[in-house]
Amino acid sequence: MARFILRRLGLAVITLWLISVLVFCSIQLLPGNVGRSILGPLASPQAVAALNHKLGTDKPALTQYREWVTGVVKGDFGTSQKLQVPVRPQLTAALRHSFELALIAFLVVVPLSLIGGTIAALRVGTAVDRGITTAGLSLSAVPEFVTGVVLIAVLGIWLNVLPISAAWEPGAGPWTQFTHLLMPAIALSCVLFGYIARMARAGMVEALDSDYVRTAILKGLPHRTVIRRHAMRNALLPTITVIATQLGYLIGGLVVVEILFNYQGIGRLIYNAAQAHDVPMLEGGAIVVGGVYLLATLIADVLYSLLNPRIRHQAAE
Amino acid sequence: MSAIEAAAPTRSAASVQRHETLHVLARSKTFLAGATIVGFWVLCAIFQARFFQDPNALSVHQLASPSGSHWFGTDRNGRDTFARVIAGARDILEIAPAATLLGTVLGTALGLVMGYFRGIVDDVLGRLVDAVLSLPVVIVALLAIVSVGPSKQTTILVVGFVFTPLIARTVRSAVLSERELEYVSAAQLRNERAPYILFAEILPNVLQPVIVEFTVRLGYAVFTVATLSFLGFGIPPPSPDWGVQVADHYGFLSGGFAVWPVLFPSLAIASLVIGVSLLADGIAQGFDG
Repeated sequence: MARFILRRLGLAVITLWLISVLVFCSIQLLPGNVGRSILGPLASPQAVAALNHKLGTDKPALTQYREWVTGVVKGDFGTSQKLQVPVRPQLTAALRHSFELALIAFLVVVPLSLIGGTIAALRVGTAVDRGITTAGLSLSAVPEFVTGVVLIAVLGIWLNVLPISAAWEPGAGPWTQFTHLLMPAIALSCVLFGYIARMARAGMVEALDSDYVRTAILKGLPHRTVIRRHAMRNALLPTITVIATQLGYLIGGLVVVEILFNYQGIGRLIYNAAQAHDVPMLEGGAIVVGGVYLLATLIADVLYSLLNPRIRHQAAE
Repeated sequence: MSAIEAAAPTRSAASVQRHETLHVLARSKTFLAGATIVGFWVLCAIFQARFFQDPNALSVHQLASPSGSHWFGTDRNGRDTFARVIAGARDILEIAPAATLLGTVLGTALGLVMGYFRGIVDDVLGRLVDAVLSLPVVIVALLAIVSVGPSKQTTILVVGFVFTPLIARTVRSAVLSERELEYVSAAQLRNERAPYILFAEILPNVLQPVIVEFTVRLGYAVFTVATLSFLGFGIPPPSPDWGVQVADHYGFLSGGFAVWPVLFPSLAIASLVIGVSLLADGIAQGFDG
C-alpha cells in the first residue's frame, strides 16, 4: 500500500511540474509589455524599461521560469503586478472562501444525489427512474451561469427568499453568510447532481442484482434491512470516493459562479488576474488549482483502493 | 486480393448493423426528443435572417417587459430579445460542432498512437494529457484565450485543443483492447506500416466509441463555449450570442429590471444543451442495444 501511495505521489509531482510548464508557456505568449500595461501609454520608454527590469520581465524566459518555480517550491508566489501586494496571502484567502462555498455545495448535493440515485435504482425502469435520470442528465448539461441566473430570477427576485449576491455586509453572522452562499452553492451543485446520482444508481442496480443481496432476501431479512445494510453499503462507498474526483470540475464551475454571485474566491481571483494580465497572480492561481485537483484525486484513489479489497490486492502484487 | 475478399462480408455485416442502429434510434424517445430540440435551433440559425427581424435593430423601448410587439421584451439598448434569442443560435451552432470536430480528429489520432505504441510514447503523452486534464477546462481556455485574444477562430481552436486529451483517453482505452485482436497481428505479419494499421485497420473498429464521444463532447462544447462567452472570452459582443446577452444584462438583475433579457437567452442555452445531451444519450443507447 505504501508503495502504491508513493508511486501515485511521484506521478502527481511530475504532473504538477508539467502543469507549471504549461501555465508558464501559455502566459509567456501573452501579448504586450508588462511594464507598459502597468504604467499606461503615457509613461516614458525609460520608465517602462526600468519597471520591467525591476519586475524581472526583461530576463530570458528560462531564467524567469527557474526563479518562479524555486519561489513556488519555497512557498513564495511573488508579488502581484496589479495590486502590488504579495500573491500568497491573496491566494490563501481566496482558496479558503472557495472551500467554504464548495463545502456547502457538497453538503447540498451529496445526500440529495445519493438519495435520488438510490430511489431511481429501487424503481428501475419505471417513470420515477426515468424522471430522475432525465432530470439529472439535463441538470448536468446546463452551464452553471444559466442555472445561476434562473435561480436568481426565481428565488431571488420573484419569490424573494434568498439574497441574490454572495457578498454580505461586513460583520454579518454565520447564518446570514450561509444564506448568502446557499444560492451559489445550489448553482454549483446542479451539474454534479446528475453525475453522482448516475453513479449511485448504477452502483445500486449492480448491488441489487448481486448474489449477496439475493441471499439476504432469501434468508428472510426485512426488505429495508437488505437495502440499507447490504446493498447501499456496497454500492455507495465507491460512489462517495469517486465524488472526490469531481473536485476539479467544481473548481471550473467556481470561476463562473463566483463571478455571477460576486464572491471573492479562487475562481474570481484567476479571472480578474487574467483580465488584468497580472502574471504572478494568474500563474499562482493556476498552479494552486492544479495542485488542489491532484491532491483530491490522490486522496480519492487511495480511499477507493482502501475501500475496495480487489484493487487493494492488485496494488500489493 | 485476399484482403478485399475478406473485407467484403464484414462490410455488408457492418451495413446491416448500421441499419439496425438507425432503426433503434428512430424508436428511441430520448433520441427523438433531443433531435427535435436541436433541429429547431438549427432551423432558427439557418432561416433567422429570412423570417425574423434584425437582431441588432434599436428601438426607444429599453428593458421593456414582454408584450405583443416584443414577445420576449427588449434589452438595454432597446433591441428585441426574441429576435436576438433566435439569432443567437447561429454562432454557437457553428463554433461548438467545429471545435468538437477538431478535438475528435486530433484526439482520435493521439489516442490511436498512444494505445497502439504504448511504452514510452504512451507514458510521455499520458503525463501531458493528465497535466492538461488536471486544470479545469475553463481555466485552460482562459489562459489560452488571454494569450491570443478572443475571436470565433480562437474559441474553436482552444476548445478543440482542450477536448483533445479527453477524447484521446477514451480512444486509447478502446485501442488497447483492439490491438490484442488477431486482425492486428495479421496486418503486422503482412508487414503493413504502422499508419496503415492505425487508420485503415484499427480506426474503423473503434469508430463507435469515437461517434459516442463526439456527441457527448458536443454537449460539453456548447456548455464551454456558452460559458466562455458569458465570461467575455468567447464570441465578442455585437453578436447576439446567448452567453453574451446574459453577461450584458445580469448586472441589471438586482433591481428586477432585466429579468427577461437574461432569462430567455438562458432558457435557450438550457434547451440546446439538454437537446444535445439527450441526442448523445440516445446514440450511446442505440449502440449498446
